[in-house]
Amino acid sequence: MKSVSRLGWAGLVGVLVLAGWLLPRWLVFLLALALAKGVAVLSVVVLMRAGLVSFGQGLFFAAAAYAAGFAMRWGVRETLLLVPWSVGVAVLVGALAGLLVARYRDIFFAMLTLALSMVLYGILIKAYGVTGGSDGIRIPTPTLLGVQFSGEGARLVVYYLAVAATVVAAWTMGRYDRSPAGYLAQAVRDNELRVAYLGAPVPRVVYLGFLLSSGLAGLGGVLTALNVGHVDPGLSYWTTSGELVFIAVLGGTGSVMGPLAGAVVYELIRSYAFKYAPYAWQMMLGAAMLLIILFLPGGLWSPVERLWRRQTT
Amino acid sequence: MAEADHVRTPILEVEDLTLRFGSITAAERETVIVYPGELVGIVGPNGAGKTTFLNLITGYLRPERGKIRFWGQDVVGLSPHQITALGVGRSFQIPQLFLTLTVRENVLVALATREERWADLRRPLHEPARVQAADEVLVQFGLLAQADRPAGELPEGGRKLLDVAMAFALRPRLLLMDEPTSGVSAREKFQVMDTLVQVLREAGVTALFVEHDMEVVRRYATRVLVLSNGRILADGVPAEVLDDPEVRLAVTGRH
Amino acid sequence: MDKLAVIAVDGLVFASWLFLVSAGLSLIYGVLRILNVAHGGLFAVGAYAGASLVVAYSAAGLWPLGALLALLAAAVASGLVLGLVVERGVLRWTYGREPVMQLLVTFSVFLILEDLTKLLWGVSPYYAYQPYQLLGQARVAGIDYPVYSFLLLVVAGGTGLGLWWFVRRTRFGRLVVAVIHDPEISVAMGVNLARVYVTTFTLGAVLAALGGAFTAPMISVVPGIGVEVIVLAFAVVVVGGLGSLEGAAVGALLIGLVRAAAVHLVPVLELFTIYLVMAAVLLVRPLGLFGRIEARRI
Repeated sequence: MKSVSRLGWAGLVGVLVLAGWLLPRWLVFLLALALAKGVAVLSVVVLMRAGLVSFGQGLFFAAAAYAAGFAMRWGVRETLLLVPWSVGVAVLVGALAGLLVARYRDIFFAMLTLALSMVLYGILIKAYGVTGGSDGIRIPTPTLLGVQFSGEGARLVVYYLAVAATVVAAWTMGRYDRSPAGYLAQAVRDNELRVAYLGAPVPRVVYLGFLLSSGLAGLGGVLTALNVGHVDPGLSYWTTSGELVFIAVLGGTGSVMGPLAGAVVYELIRSYAFKYAPYAWQMMLGAAMLLIILFLPGGLWSPVERLWRRQTT
Repeated sequence: MAEADHVRTPILEVEDLTLRFGSITAAERETVIVYPGELVGIVGPNGAGKTTFLNLITGYLRPERGKIRFWGQDVVGLSPHQITALGVGRSFQIPQLFLTLTVRENVLVALATREERWADLRRPLHEPARVQAADEVLVQFGLLAQADRPAGELPEGGRKLLDVAMAFALRPRLLLMDEPTSGVSAREKFQVMDTLVQVLREAGVTALFVEHDMEVVRRYATRVLVLSNGRILADGVPAEVLDDPEVRLAVTGRH
Repeated sequence: MDKLAVIAVDGLVFASWLFLVSAGLSLIYGVLRILNVAHGGLFAVGAYAGASLVVAYSAAGLWPLGALLALLAAAVASGLVLGLVVERGVLRWTYGREPVMQLLVTFSVFLILEDLTKLLWGVSPYYAYQPYQLLGQARVAGIDYPVYSFLLLVVAGGTGLGLWWFVRRTRFGRLVVAVIHDPEISVAMGVNLARVYVTTFTLGAVLAALGGAFTAPMISVVPGIGVEVIVLAFAVVVVGGLGSLEGAAVGALLIGLVRAAAVHLVPVLELFTIYLVMAAVLLVRPLGLFGRIEARRI
């Protein structure tokens, strides 16, 4: 119920792998960006399991992206080192931030996470000597297993990296959803008091979700950095976080597939809307979100999911 | 020998428990000792401090003065989750359920929290052994037929039972129930209590339960506490205590 | 010693601005229990409306000080219209839903307002310096201050007193207090909840627009000015205790003074002061300085 069947997943991965070969280059690039964002959207969804909305995922997104940038500057170019290192930094930031915010709920949680990401934004802007200020840091092409790719090849490597990371993220998320910790998170959303009266420490349940969330957001961040080849403070700005929340609502938070599908649809629409209606773009987003919240609370994916369930039962 | 010692050790000792909210006395020098195997009914008029008594024992409220010992261990200052983890289960006057989870999942979550390793992502909630244990609990409470329904769809009587079942699934040594039969129709009342008492007896759980219906207390409690204005007015065998005219006046307002 | 005086004056001026831009947010939260993210958008619309009306008024060559009344008129008009439209058109359909969903709804409205200002006023900056210039400078504690800064003190003070009078001294204000205290009982007592909600939200919207309009003469009005205001206003309101007007005033004062001190003593920290104050207050008092504790739930 919570996951699309294994067959569905295998098919999807097959399609993504083939897409790398068959689709035009610009579309592959766009897809890689969408997957990176989709992984970060999963980080928002993890917290929504516990009824929490974070408007500050940019904190981890940017922390991991900059971690990759610094590592590159120190001479580390190997993808298989860069990704774990960057995700590790994001989780560390999450471990510290979580101590502060795990006690808070509702809008307090939303706005405190927002404030933290804005603090990082401020630091990234101000510490010009280290972070390059608003110019940011350039990310050169990484190596894979010591091999330096260039041009088209490099693009494809980053794309397949994004596919692999998406699979790992979705698998982890599925695990979490089925685990006692995942159900406890939902239990916290439903009735926090009862969770305490079952003998479970509520803050620790939230904290665990927060750690997982920071790791997923970090994974999305480092993928984005490698894709774009550049990081800047905008990654930590609250609109980045707001965008992730928007995609989560768009795709629906009930499944793992919804947010990923939402991210792809969103990136496709955005690339056109940004070009043809730059001043009405946010307005369309806002209107779409209103319509979804008011008329399709499960997100765009929810009818698909309902159909799927009817087919399988 | 060991068995006799065990019986004599109190499971709950409350001594001189006091709490005031401004001019309202929520608890005033309450002293009670409960031994294993007892089934204690707590009666008293509205506002007598019955729920407050449970809130104090479970750490939801902190007393100004007094001691609370569970199995000899001082629990004042511990939080509800810590006290629950020591073996004190609690059910609620208004059922506190996870309404978007199914009935079975509600019990599964309770079972999982009893284990130390709930944070282990490698094992799913629906492990066969755990599902079996959950279904056993559901059978005991007559809820198995509803196992796959969301808890939010249960009728009031079913919610009450599930609320107790979740507390019971923790295998507590002491179970506190806040009006287990309120909201249940008069006809079903005795049926619900029959189920509860039988389950508790079989599991050897000591229990305190708040109750409005004097007939229920008379029939099921082995001992009764009468609360009034945060004080313990009487404590003894139901047949004697409930026939005391002074108690009747305090509880029902009538002779 | 001079430095202390400067910090006090700067702090007071900044605090009155903070109170002005956060009062509406606090009021709406207090009554509707909704954190209105669209507050930033209403602020921006107020700023644009105020700026363009001042520009038009000044070009007409009438009584110069009337430009201040133009600011007021622009704020009231735009706040009234948008407040009514947003509450009746969108918000009322979300009453009773999860707070998080309501937050997302106001976030959507904010996004829409952001682009609406771009479509209506374009993306090039507006300057409405006339009222600012007109009032000139005054020397306080050996430093020249724009008199307009002190006008802010008056406007913020007037707003605060006006709200206090409205809530404590009028019949409608008493209804509002009843609703804040317990919506269910109020309805049972015959209070028309829908009317209280629409009135409060519209008043909050007018306050947001007022903040924007009176900010306009001090800045160049450009797209994106609403974003920062949400975060600032939220910080003020959280420090004071969500929904408490007294709290918003104290929160504004605290943050204003701390920021002024940082500007003059440790400039590096200026950008972070507001977050530091917020984090510090919440660590000690999770519900803010004037936050109320919820009643018993079990």
